Amino acid sequence: MAVIASRAKRSRAVRRLAALLATMALLAGGPADAEPKTYPLPEETAALKPGPGVEAAQNNCLSCHSADYVTTQPPHMGAKFWEAEVAKMIKFGAPISQEDAKMIAEYLAKTY
Amino acid sequence: MMDRRTLLRTAGSLAASLFAPPAFAQETVELPFANGTRPLVAYPGKRPLIRLTTRPPQLETPFSVFDAGAITPNDAFFVRYHLADIPLSIDPDAFRLEVRGKVARPLSLSLQELKTAFEPVEIVAVNQCSGNSRGFFAPRVGGGQLGNGAMGNARWRGVPLKAVLDKAGAQAGAKQVVFNGLDRPVLSETPDFLKALDIDHARDGEVMLAYAMNGEDLPWLNGYPLRLVVPGYYGTYWVKHLNEIRVDEDIFDGFWMKTAYRVPDTACACTEPGEAAKATTPIKRLDVRSFITHPADGAAVKARAETLVRGFAFDGGYGVTAALVSADGGQSWKEAQLGPDFGRYSFRTWRLALHLPPGAHELMVCALNRIGQSQPMAPLWNPMGYMRNAVETVRVVAQ
Repeated sequence: MAVIASRAKRSRAVRRLAALLATMALLAGGPADAEPKTYPLPEETAALKPGPGVEAAQNNCLSCHSADYVTTQPPHMGAKFWEAEVAKMIKFGAPISQEDAKMIAEYLAKTY
Repeated sequence: MMDRRTLLRTAGSLAASLFAPPAFAQETVELPFANGTRPLVAYPGKRPLIRLTTRPPQLETPFSVFDAGAITPNDAFFVRYHLADIPLSIDPDAFRLEVRGKVARPLSLSLQELKTAFEPVEIVAVNQCSGNSRGFFAPRVGGGQLGNGAMGNARWRGVPLKAVLDKAGAQAGAKQVVFNGLDRPVLSETPDFLKALDIDHARDGEVMLAYAMNGEDLPWLNGYPLRLVVPGYYGTYWVKHLNEIRVDEDIFDGFWMKTAYRVPDTACACTEPGEAAKATTPIKRLDVRSFITHPADGAAVKARAETLVRGFAFDGGYGVTAALVSADGGQSWKEAQLGPDFGRYSFRTWRLALHLPPGAHELMVCALNRIGQSQPMAPLWNPMGYMRNAVETVRVVAQ
């Protein structure tokens, strides 16, 4: 998990550095229309409900998507549905340990 | 229909709003299915839209927008992403579309070249998410829990994909064309969002590389500065922030073609509710749909006076030929008057004047297209929650 978080942070830092270098190039006399356009995304506020296992869900799920991916699902989909969702995310490359996967699926089935 | 229950409300009671600072007030919308509360949020360049998810952003158009006309305004057009590393900085001068693979001359085209070196074309076409209306599925299925707002109709301007492929010189033996955009997965292990079309489809002259929408640059969240437009096909193929085209001699087997966005390989693209499909095939053309936009669900109308019922219909590009309206829950039908024709890929508005006796009425609409396709009275079901197109009902009371 820490690996992913630091990778995400690193890529953000790289992007910031690139933006800074672009600005410096601009100040150094680059053409005025060479400035990249940017899009400011609103702040993220969605959160997972508290409960046993919520930390495992936060640490794993939220590296790749916001909490509303979980919280907007139909209610009471049950253990089988959530186990399949966690398995799908592991297939998608999420490095979730077996222990965490079990805990997350149980948390989701119980909470949502 | 969602409108009666799409109640705008401010979270918290009146008392709370008196004591809480306004910044905390979060307007929400109730979509008419369980767990359907959604925040209404204005993103840069967008009016307040129904937010499904934040990272990546997925926004739905409030249904009342569709009553304002056949063209969906850019600031109200729905937003759908798959992967969270979306582009937040783009230099339009440095942007290049790369055309590679089985071509005689690989290309690297600037926006300026796309706009000046090719004859521009325009087409009015519906972009509808495969999972539009998924929240209404019974039994419910996982995935984006959308109401009816993940669709829109716009006038797209750009370059025919055929012209670009001809310039690159697609070689004999080419089977498919693969499309990639600037959006990327957070983890390198996650499959990037790539889509493919058969070479003949890609060269049909209608599939377009669009740089403008309703007379303006594409909105950022709708794929600025360039997106694929695949008239008549579900939105999954309309790759946003398009910067790479690859001509392939194989059938592309990436996750988003081989595993995702597939429907049961049966005539109805459906299974018995709750059952898995025996075989699947990539989702393709939009099925026939129609909606009543006025009166809104739950509205009161004047008895024995003229009630103007209106709405729109669309299909996968054969062209809507009729919209039939029932005021008695489907027992008898009247043909509505069709509005202006913006082409066979567009929303087609319709209207019909009714005189309703006092009491409760169920208004329904059902469209037909040129090849005789229509809509089912009872919804069809499939495991992924795609392609919903049942006849829609609006309940009104005449007083």
